[in-house]
Amino acid sequence: MDMLTAEKLTAQDYRSDLKPVWCPGCGDYAVIAAIAKALAELQLPREDVAFVSGIGCSSRIPAYSAVYGFHGVHGRALPIATGLKMARPDMTVLVAGGDGDGFSIGGNHFMHACRRNADLTYIVMDNSVYGMTKGQASPTTEPDWEGSKLTPDGTHITPFQPLEIALSAGASFISRAFSGKPAELTRQICEGVNHKGFSLIHVLSPCVTFRPEQRAYKDKVHEEWRPTADRTEAFQKLMADDGFATGILYQGTKPPFRPEMGVPATIAEIEAQFAV
Amino acid sequence: MAISSVSIALTGSGGAGVMTAGQVLLDAAAKAGLYGLMAKSLGPQIRGGESAALLRISNEPVQSSDDTYDLLMAVDWGNIERFAAELPLSKDSVIICDPAQGPVPELMLTANPRVVNVPLKELAASLEGGRVNMVGLGLIAELIGLPESSIVDILAAALKKKGPEALEASKAGLRAGQKAAQSITGIVKLSPPGPSTTERWSINGNEATGLGALKGGVRFVAAYPITPATEILEWLAPQLPKVGGCLIQAEDELASINQIIGGSFGGVPALTATSGPGLALMSEALGLAVASETPLLVCNVMRGGPSTGIPTKSEQVDLNIALYGMHGDAPHIVTAPNSISDCVFTAQWSVYLAEAMQAPVILLSDQAMGQSKAIIDKPADLGFIGERLAAEANVENYQRYAVTASGISPMAVPGTPGGMYTADGLEHSPRGTPSTQASHHQEQLDKRLRKLTDFDYGDHWGDIEGDSETAIITWGSITDPTREAIDRLADEGVSVKLISIRLLAPALPDKFSAALKGVKRAMVVEQNHSRQFHTYLRGVYDLPADTITYHRPGPVAIRPSEIVEAVKAWNKGA
Repeated sequence: MDMLTAEKLTAQDYRSDLKPVWCPGCGDYAVIAAIAKALAELQLPREDVAFVSGIGCSSRIPAYSAVYGFHGVHGRALPIATGLKMARPDMTVLVAGGDGDGFSIGGNHFMHACRRNADLTYIVMDNSVYGMTKGQASPTTEPDWEGSKLTPDGTHITPFQPLEIALSAGASFISRAFSGKPAELTRQICEGVNHKGFSLIHVLSPCVTFRPEQRAYKDKVHEEWRPTADRTEAFQKLMADDGFATGILYQGTKPPFRPEMGVPATIAEIEAQFAV
Repeated sequence: MAISSVSIALTGSGGAGVMTAGQVLLDAAAKAGLYGLMAKSLGPQIRGGESAALLRISNEPVQSSDDTYDLLMAVDWGNIERFAAELPLSKDSVIICDPAQGPVPELMLTANPRVVNVPLKELAASLEGGRVNMVGLGLIAELIGLPESSIVDILAAALKKKGPEALEASKAGLRAGQKAAQSITGIVKLSPPGPSTTERWSINGNEATGLGALKGGVRFVAAYPITPATEILEWLAPQLPKVGGCLIQAEDELASINQIIGGSFGGVPALTATSGPGLALMSEALGLAVASETPLLVCNVMRGGPSTGIPTKSEQVDLNIALYGMHGDAPHIVTAPNSISDCVFTAQWSVYLAEAMQAPVILLSDQAMGQSKAIIDKPADLGFIGERLAAEANVENYQRYAVTASGISPMAVPGTPGGMYTADGLEHSPRGTPSTQASHHQEQLDKRLRKLTDFDYGDHWGDIEGDSETAIITWGSITDPTREAIDRLADEGVSVKLISIRLLAPALPDKFSAALKGVKRAMVVEQNHSRQFHTYLRGVYDLPADTITYHRPGPVAIRPSEIVEAVKAWNKGA
């Protein structure tokens, strides 16, 4: 009865009382704070919001919020969220996870979620490392990173480009933010939730434990992008991207995916097709 | 009493129209007040492969395919070696074939059937727009005594859009076939239909499964196509929007199973359908459904395996993966319809079970049941509708996974004020908070098992028929030939009790012991190579010391006579 009490919900009202498992200094603290702030700005009733995630450090995030949540299995946050949104179009559905969860084991779902363009807001906390399993290379890791025992000489694999893939596959809202600049991140989350269609919010969120050099992100990021509905322009910006440009890259007008409604019929009318 | 019937096999390469002819023949039989069954034998090719429509028509309900075919009409002999074993003949069988297609292959003559040559192609060619399958249809109908009017009615409806010329051409084909039949004598005729008292349906097992799920309350379906389960999904696609639901096509089975977890979390009863390889891909998420206590139904239509196996043929081979395919201690429900008609009930009941116990249900159907069409009495509706125990709004200190006596905890549907919780595949406290505590793990494991084992399943655990010291224990589509075998044995004075288990998991020892009351020896009948059912029964139940098995793999259907012979050999002490 949040709305009836007429009390304005604060960011704190969207937070649970659980203490995150994250390391001190993790970028994800700022992300949950920004999400709570955005939800408070939007004043969405808590019971009408669901937060879905997969597995990984950042995927712990739903339990730290005070909305409905689903902490699923590794890589499958987007299918769970898609199913929920199709079955319950009245719910506001947020999805969160990391770069391993979303772009490696869940890579196929990511591509197809962009294609489907269901009205979901997908927040990826990208730190270019598997943190929960103690520091392996992820799809966005630089090919020459030698910090992992699993690939001590580096991966020598071209890093995954989430924004290029999203734009190619048909996502209708694409942005990038930095966890160290929470105001911009909060604004993007509000815009993403308000956008009707699939919103990808790519958040550079440093892992201070396994990638301490990412502390330097704060000096590298530069707010640069302004939304365009022109895909050619968006692609050109991506071709010039150093990986640290922030802002809303693209916002298109493709209507969100919604299943068709049918002409109502009773079960007896449906069964009649089998009568001899 | 064993039934009197006529069995007909229509074979030919894809495009020859034998499936269409078989379908018309079945529909016409239904129109004439008869019962029937049509199984399909299909090759792996998309077009142009070998195919056979395998029919059995009777004035009584048809349970199973018969032992042999009375009539085999071959439009041609393309690839016959691939499926000759699926076309058993006897010395009383009659092969009708076109001499222009070459001599009858030797492997079709081993039982010494009568061969009748009819120039089917030439007859069709002599007619304006004539088609071989229509000539064959007229010939078969005349031979078995099916009235022409019922066939014309079906054709008129089917060819409505193609105009009167198409119907006239087909009728001319029928008549040419009828004329050719005049010179053929000594063919078994259909008994006239009895009075029709109940509404009859023409339905295949996959449609019946889809319908049962819809009746049980399924309103969200995520689909990834796979043979032989796709028809469940294709049937549901246009029906769901009529009842306020929807179906979406997923990018793979990992997505489809997780999508229905999401839909069900949203409070909407949800389903997907698949076959062995797809079920294997879904295993991880099924564990999530168990841990997060998310109700859902997976209809698994079994085919020959492992791996891609024999996708178009039937085998009861996914019992092991359905029972044991999950990681961790993951109590769940496994059901199996035991006839085409029962697909409606079992699917409907399975939705009810899933919702009532907030657990995943795997329903095991198979290709033989799913892709066979039957004329049946309209199945009774026992009124099972899925309904889950919902949490009220604003419950103080709401605990999603509260430890209750029944093991079932009220579930807050998103949108319920004050019910916000996070569903989790991590082990959790009653509130849902991830936990590694031994006591939490123990109490949540206990609760998830207890809710299944303490549930009242009523009389639907299995079908128990007859009373004897000798029992056959079986499941799924093999129940049909078993029932017929037991009927035939009864005609010979041999009584056998049938125990066909519909609820395969959880194991309910009390139900099993009650079913075995008075039984001194048992035969376990199943269609797979490794005795999956027998091994399972031995693991969870006490079987009589004198228990044997009759089992073999597909793709050839188990026929009633095999089971009769197995029982007789057993009785002789062989």
